[in-house]
Amino acid sequence: MTESALPQIVTLTKVIDESPSIKTFIFDKVFDIRPGQFCMVWIPGVDEIPMAFSAANSITVMKVGDATASLFELKEGDKIGIRGPFGNGFHPEGKTLAIAGGIGVTPLFTLAATGEVDTFILGARTKTELIFADELEKVTDLKIATDDGTFGYHGFVTGIMDQLDISEYDSICVCGPEMMMYGILKRLEEKDLAGRGQFSMHRYMKCAIGVCGSCCMDPNGYRVCKDGPVFSGEILLTGELGQHHRGPSGRRE
Amino acid sequence: MIKLQLPQKEIAGVSLNNHMLLAAGVLGTTASSLNRMLENGAGGVVTKSIGPVPIPGHHGPALLPVDGGLMNAMGLPNPSEKFPEEIASLTGKPVVVSIFGGTPEDFGKVASWFPDAQAFELNLSCPHAEGYGASIGVNPRVVKECTEIVKSYGKPVWVKLTPNVTDIKVIGCAAEEGGADAIVAINTVKAMRISTELRRPILGNKFGGLSGKAVFPIAVRTVYDLYEAVDIPIIGCGGIDCADNVLEMMMAGASAVEIGSAVYDNFNVFSDIEAELYAEDGIPAEEIVGCAHD
Repeated sequence: MTESALPQIVTLTKVIDESPSIKTFIFDKVFDIRPGQFCMVWIPGVDEIPMAFSAANSITVMKVGDATASLFELKEGDKIGIRGPFGNGFHPEGKTLAIAGGIGVTPLFTLAATGEVDTFILGARTKTELIFADELEKVTDLKIATDDGTFGYHGFVTGIMDQLDISEYDSICVCGPEMMMYGILKRLEEKDLAGRGQFSMHRYMKCAIGVCGSCCMDPNGYRVCKDGPVFSGEILLTGELGQHHRGPSGRRE
Repeated sequence: MIKLQLPQKEIAGVSLNNHMLLAAGVLGTTASSLNRMLENGAGGVVTKSIGPVPIPGHHGPALLPVDGGLMNAMGLPNPSEKFPEEIASLTGKPVVVSIFGGTPEDFGKVASWFPDAQAFELNLSCPHAEGYGASIGVNPRVVKECTEIVKSYGKPVWVKLTPNVTDIKVIGCAAEEGGADAIVAINTVKAMRISTELRRPILGNKFGGLSGKAVFPIAVRTVYDLYEAVDIPIIGCGGIDCADNVLEMMMAGASAVEIGSAVYDNFNVFSDIEAELYAEDGIPAEEIVGCAHD
């Protein structure tokens, strides 16, 4: 029978400025997470939003809207609610490549921290938005791209990907902006390697427990919150990735 | 356990593959998820409730597991007039379109968008959307008018009622007088949880509705009451999660059932129940519908 799973109230013990638009919030409870799993973050009086764990006791957040802006005003000692962990997470096997764009580095950072990533391509718009690079350098072969060329390769992560022999990797774990993931999936498809891809999807989400249907994807009705958020590239090939998504009302955008 | 025969004819105007429909508000926003549930054993599906204007829904938390059920205040998020296009691929399948509005005219307007619907379910019962749902579903006159106006579109009309009223029989009779083909009971029961650490309600909307196992006895009692008050079929809804619950709801007076919250604990609830409930030598469901009455 259904058991209560209300938000756990946690106290922020430290807030770290990672970049002008990214902060890490460390809290006083440790969750038993698999890299790539996420939680629902309740900002009391504001909203509840899905967020990847950046460690067993932290989330790393980019300011993108009202809810994240409210979260950014919180200080050490403030309380928020956490539900989770939710979703399947990454399950790489063998030699593993991780490709992250922007704030999408968060779940892949937790994967690399467990020592499961051999090569890591990290992309950001500009040098100041590169986060976790120092820590990643210690645990993986790190390659960096910036859109504006202020650090590392001048261009997108796919530019670095094209320089590698992708077929050497058994698993390719990806998280980042939709069009970045789409571009990577297309490259894998060309080499008939889509099945090696593990993509962390993001869709508008409300319940996070597979009931409300807000995050269902076409054409199979997979729930990003419960069946994902990580999906095989093979599943995504025929789906809505890079084509469309749905907003809060369920309307296609 | 009693075994049933699959439906041999329409139930409340709809050809169902078995006696169980996916309840409104659960995995009902996209054609792909509705189709997935049909393929996964649902005998029919009810869509997310569609209203006269697009709504993003309430702020979160919007849906939470509590002991024995789910508590939600989704706030009727829906894409409004974009939805016919969304479900166009399901034409011909047993899809009941749930609709809501603030006035009988709203109901008529929304109904006019769905010429391919197998039937309409009127949401006169959502307990947490101001001006909609239960706000108007507690008024027998309005319930009758909403039913009449949607009935004018020539399709079966099911009216889903709220248990949050003094006497649901009065509302059920109003729907019947308006020409309803079935009563669906029940929608969620008003509910709230408070975070003792934060000293505030947890749901973004403060209060919401409770569904799932905890409301099953309430649903059985309500269906039993309605069975004595109306002559049209009743679709039982509220906390059903096993074959025996389906039989119990039928004995209270339900001709078919809707299942929603049970997908949380068991995504295969429809196919699991279907495997247990039916047999080639099963009896017609009509033989047990209402049999618990004197």
